[in-house]
Amino acid sequence: MVKVLFVEHDGTQHSVEVKPGDSLMQAAVSNGVPGIDADCGGSCSCATCHVYVNEQWVVKTGDVNPVEEAMLSLSTDRKENSRLSCQISLTEEMDGLIVNTPEFQF
Amino acid sequence: MSEIAVGDAPKKSKWSMVDKDPYAMAIKDIDLSHPGIWQHNQFLPFMERLRNEDPVHYCEDSAVGPYWSVMKYKDIMTVDTSPHLYSSEPTIGIIDSFEEFALPAFISMDPPKHDDQRRTVQGVVAPANLKELESLIRSRAGVILDALPLNQELDWVEHVSIELTTQMLATLFDFPFEDRHKLTYWSDVATAIPGNGIVETNEQRWAAIEECLAYFTRLWNERVNAEPGNDLVSMLAHGEATKNMPPMEYLGNIILLIVGGNDTTRNSISGGVLALNENPAEYAKLRADKGLIPNMVSEIIRWQTPLAYMRRTAVQDTELSGKEIKAGDKVVMWYASGNRDEESIDRANEFLIDRPNARQHLSFGFGLHRCMGNRLAEMQLRVLWEEISKRFDFVEVVGEPERIYSSFVKGFSKLPVILHPLK
Repeated sequence: MVKVLFVEHDGTQHSVEVKPGDSLMQAAVSNGVPGIDADCGGSCSCATCHVYVNEQWVVKTGDVNPVEEAMLSLSTDRKENSRLSCQISLTEEMDGLIVNTPEFQF
Repeated sequence: MSEIAVGDAPKKSKWSMVDKDPYAMAIKDIDLSHPGIWQHNQFLPFMERLRNEDPVHYCEDSAVGPYWSVMKYKDIMTVDTSPHLYSSEPTIGIIDSFEEFALPAFISMDPPKHDDQRRTVQGVVAPANLKELESLIRSRAGVILDALPLNQELDWVEHVSIELTTQMLATLFDFPFEDRHKLTYWSDVATAIPGNGIVETNEQRWAAIEECLAYFTRLWNERVNAEPGNDLVSMLAHGEATKNMPPMEYLGNIILLIVGGNDTTRNSISGGVLALNENPAEYAKLRADKGLIPNMVSEIIRWQTPLAYMRRTAVQDTELSGKEIKAGDKVVMWYASGNRDEESIDRANEFLIDRPNARQHLSFGFGLHRCMGNRLAEMQLRVLWEEISKRFDFVEVVGEPERIYSSFVKGFSKLPVILHPLK
């Protein structure tokens, strides 16, 4: 299992455990973590599952892909560590991952 | 939306599908683009047949020329998220603009120009900004609702749907409040087909558009010389990607923002009242639990689908669910159909205000052109329904709604109601 900590903009924490292979977005939605809308259901086309990856985890979670980049670039809340959580497939190496959710989704 | 529709479209032309049996005609002859079946509320069975029997459908012969209709949720998603195959240029309306009338705007542009121009104005409807607007919208909605007469017939479209969205739009543009009804008129004109009651001729239509340009040019000139403000005109006048726009491009973007922020929410406000009246059990759920309002708002937007379609143009030969699409072909994504697709949405043909995953609808589109104002629209609808629920037990529809003569803007010109106050 992979343990993930979601931290809301006001500091509220949600720790969840999911199986490897699930996306980070699914980890949030299936465990009722607030602040992840995922309107398109995980096809990288709405930018409503935006998260900020904790700096220690940026390398392990991989690079932003070109389609993801295009969607993220439209968000006014874009930061260097922005990712769309539907584009991160969780692996054993990501056990302990920490991400912050933005105050608002796109 | 970003274009001027040209050519008169008589209401009972040879192209009309009105009163035809969708299952008795040859499938190739089905033409969803003709506005009659939308005005007469007869479009659903036509869409249902195409979804089931020919979900990527070629209409060879229509008043607007040949075009493909994409009917299924998943295929629409594919087209909407493949801008390299399906371009938004030259226009997203089904009618090709005459060159002299073409009004460029970012809705009908591809990356990278689209992205640059859109980013310039996006901030005004970004959620952080909306938080500050919410109390203003709430007080204005309250004023509008408190002024309405109780227990007697009134037109919900005129007195609520138009009034609230127009006030909102005037705020976003920092447009002179006393002139705000001009915005409604220009919005209606921009998508009107001559002869549909808004304008009679193309000359009349063009005169209104020129008046709009002159007015907004004056506002631009005032604001370009002032400190940057957080209204849309100031943002365009000062934005790097937009400050050197030619006048027609400025006008195109203004009209895009007017129509995008006006027709759509207006018709979802009206459509919600009608849907609750047609589904009394859902109205009862709402009365019992006001907490359902945010979810109901998404369901109303799905159910209404205030823009029935968006059009793309194939940039190269390609294939979609077994059909061969040629470079240059018009490809129309019927959001109004995808939102009723049982294969992707459970009980898609039922209006359920407590539906799980209500947000997963097509009305805002997906991909780079996804509706920029989606959060503003949701907030306006949520606040309005919260305020309605504080005052009225029942907004009762008491007569036949009148619908708009358009296959693009799916909405209402009249909705007679009687307001019953809380007991």
